[in-house]
Amino acid sequence: MTIALTHLQRLEAESIHIFREVAAAFAKPVMLYSVGKDSSVLMHLAMKAFYPAKPPFPFLHVDTTWKFREMIAFRDQMAQKLGFDLLVHVNEDGVRDNINPFDHGSNTHTHVMKTVALRQALDKYGFDAAFGGARRDEEKSRAKERIFSFRNAQHVWDPKNQRPEMWKIFNTRIASGESIRVFPLSNWTELDIWQYILQENIPIVPLYLAKERPVVERDGMLILRDDERMKLRPGETVENRLVRFRTLGCYPLTGAIESDADTLEAIVGEMLTARTSERQGRLIDRDEAGSMEKKKREGYF
Amino acid sequence: MRHIMAKSLAPTDGVRDYLAAQEKKSLLRFLTCGSVDDGKSTLIGRLLSDTKQIFEDQLAALERDSRKHGTTGDDIDFALLVDGLEAEREQGITIDVAYRFFATPKRKFIVADTPGHEQYTRNMATGASTADLAIVLIDARQGVLPQTRRHSIIASLLGIRHIVLAVNKIDLVGFDQAIFERITEAYGQFSRDLGFQTIVPIPMSARYGDNVTGRSDSMEWYSGPTLIEHLETVSVEEAVVELPFRFPVQYVNRPNLDFRGFAGTIASGSVAPGDEVVVAKSGKSSRVKRIVSYGGDLAQAAAGQAVTLVLDDEVEISRGNMLVSPAARPQVADQFAANIVWFDEHALLPGRSYILRTETDQSSATVTDLKYRINVNDFAHEAAKSLEMNEVGICNISTRTPIAFDPFAENRTTGAFILIDRISNATVGAGMILHSLRRAENIHWQSLDVGKRVRADMKNQRPAVFWFTGLSGSGKSTIANLFEKKLFATGRHTYILDGDNVRHGLNRDLGFTDADRVENIRRVAEVARLMADAGLIVIVSFISPFSAERRMARELMADGEFIEVFVDTPFEECARRDPKGLYARALNGEIKNFTGVDSPYEAPEKPEIHLKTLGKSAEQMVDALEHWLNERDIAEDQYDNGGGI
Repeated sequence: MTIALTHLQRLEAESIHIFREVAAAFAKPVMLYSVGKDSSVLMHLAMKAFYPAKPPFPFLHVDTTWKFREMIAFRDQMAQKLGFDLLVHVNEDGVRDNINPFDHGSNTHTHVMKTVALRQALDKYGFDAAFGGARRDEEKSRAKERIFSFRNAQHVWDPKNQRPEMWKIFNTRIASGESIRVFPLSNWTELDIWQYILQENIPIVPLYLAKERPVVERDGMLILRDDERMKLRPGETVENRLVRFRTLGCYPLTGAIESDADTLEAIVGEMLTARTSERQGRLIDRDEAGSMEKKKREGYF
Repeated sequence: MRHIMAKSLAPTDGVRDYLAAQEKKSLLRFLTCGSVDDGKSTLIGRLLSDTKQIFEDQLAALERDSRKHGTTGDDIDFALLVDGLEAEREQGITIDVAYRFFATPKRKFIVADTPGHEQYTRNMATGASTADLAIVLIDARQGVLPQTRRHSIIASLLGIRHIVLAVNKIDLVGFDQAIFERITEAYGQFSRDLGFQTIVPIPMSARYGDNVTGRSDSMEWYSGPTLIEHLETVSVEEAVVELPFRFPVQYVNRPNLDFRGFAGTIASGSVAPGDEVVVAKSGKSSRVKRIVSYGGDLAQAAAGQAVTLVLDDEVEISRGNMLVSPAARPQVADQFAANIVWFDEHALLPGRSYILRTETDQSSATVTDLKYRINVNDFAHEAAKSLEMNEVGICNISTRTPIAFDPFAENRTTGAFILIDRISNATVGAGMILHSLRRAENIHWQSLDVGKRVRADMKNQRPAVFWFTGLSGSGKSTIANLFEKKLFATGRHTYILDGDNVRHGLNRDLGFTDADRVENIRRVAEVARLMADAGLIVIVSFISPFSAERRMARELMADGEFIEVFVDTPFEECARRDPKGLYARALNGEIKNFTGVDSPYEAPEKPEIHLKTLGKSAEQMVDALEHWLNERDIAEDQYDNGGGI
């Protein structure tokens, strides 16, 4: 008898194995849910890993208060549909200081509303393991990170001194206050993600599909004006254009691409001919060289 | 960077067809290894670039970085594509393994780019542990180097059976066939006994692309495959589906009283509802009732799939156990021999207690015998008392509880383990099991009618091990002797194990290296355990400087029987007292490895009893000890009377 697993079956099995390992070995895991396509896949895999039970951990959304409105609506809808335990954390200090991407720049905004907010939430609930949807094909420093990635009590990643990670035998031991970030999608590529969404019919935020949307051209990017908080600069106009998003984050920091791909198949078709990487639409990666590594060392996912 | 208008290329059917074709592709996981500067990262950059895996924005960033950090003049430095950490780019070296993904029309690939520096061998091993093939790079100008050999040995130990010998930088030796053949010959000689199934030598220039994806115009004499041709076609499939069924239980899924499923990843073989399975550790058998999955029950499942099994009967199984084929069972033992690759800067010491972790099981473990170390240059088996970082050796290992396993040569999943340091939680070593040791299978613990309790009751006492630790000259022996006198006077049965005395007899073969100190403590702890088993109150008076060994001793004893007594006298005071004149000699350099001088003392963090001796008399210390012992015995008697039926 020969049963050869397909490429996606292999990836799926590996991710499920990782989910179960964390559930078995940690006292208080959490899944970071960012509402994007990778999070959608992650959530789907978590449902599979523990079926017929529900995932034995809550889902945490770190809300920067600058997410697309459609993302928030989608998030609440999924939580209700799948019945998982959704925690939402906002850095109230940042809200009080009115930290925003327009006045403070992407760096400060991301640091305060995302990295610091995440650390606050992890400390508040005392989570000892946190799942994230990062993939190794996304970015150079992520390509170097372990699946089980150790953080000290200050949430700091030490890239020069990672634990060896042999076979599928994961070292899940930590001292009190320390934690592990876990990346079940480490070995998936962007194409794998879309292929899996297509195969499994996984719901995604409609922003990934092309539609006429009100956008502003700014700093070489097409920014969707999602609410009135985005003030127009002199000479800027809002135009309705046929656009979609390859990745989703804070709306002022996420560039749209012009596209007529309004089905999943069309998205995959478009990807196959793409000449730029998905993070190209992310302002935060371009602030300075090695910026992702720096953010990760500080506790960003 | 501009936002771009992407054309949706294909009609829906085209995409579906394309994806269906993608699904049929097989996956090859390989690593690049070899010595520093042999061009590993450059080769991967070349592969990614030639297979069109680099996007425009990444290429633009690469060009920027090449000007800033690059080592290739005006050309693009492909190494910067994989050396993703800042420290790596600054130093121009690879520190940790990077995983990259690419595909050709024939196959998908995950490649691990691993560091060449000896210092980072553990990161190379990390990349090798999940690979099926290794590209061993050799700089044509240098030939086979010690790191080439070390990496080849580690690859072999980790079960890699397919090698590509990439003789790189061939352009720098004028595309010389004789040099290529000499290197191929030398590597063939060296690797004869490493058990590789295929070794394919390819002359290439990663920087210019010769024989990587395209055939070289400069080497008419070479008629073999290009690298990519070989990677696309080499067959590495190991028929794990054909092996006996092995299912390490990872997680027991019990959402309610009506459902009890055993979740895990099938390590080998296959399973279907109705199949008989055996619980490896207990030998109990049952049948598979259902294979539960999110999309509905499955009719069968095979190696590599992550499933949930429901059995016919309520058998006792928890995480760490294994469901197996009744016809071919794994070994279950607490003593076995294994190859070990050591990762940590603190050497492996026989006798020290580590945590052994298999895919789902865990136990305390000690290396009982380091049989030999393997010299990576000539495979010589060398006698060794410890295994230093990046060394490879063969050891006997003893675990606290039996584990279920297969020899690694038969099953890469059920034959592997890692070792974890008990205090730092670092992953300090990786092991590949060779075979169980017969004595573990044949010597069963005798269950005796006359037990510890009976022996102790006859003496009218509870057994205890008072473990005195502290610097030389701290007053351990003085306090211990006085304590024993007092106990004796109250009718207790006691014995003192004193560091100096034991070293004259039982441990006279041991010196003062770290390895010998660990063995010294291990033997004494075992003797103390036997004496406690005989019902005695044992007083151990040993410097015992390492917390790991004291913890090992603690774990040997029954709960509550190990009482760590920290005789806390400051170094200056010990050196001032210097009853045997040792400090003076150690400070003069006449005695080596002297605790507190040139060998560390790790003070206990939470001793049961902390004796601060400064300004106090030995009598006061002994009173404190006696008080503690009486309190414990009273508490235990109350517990016994209250809880006894």
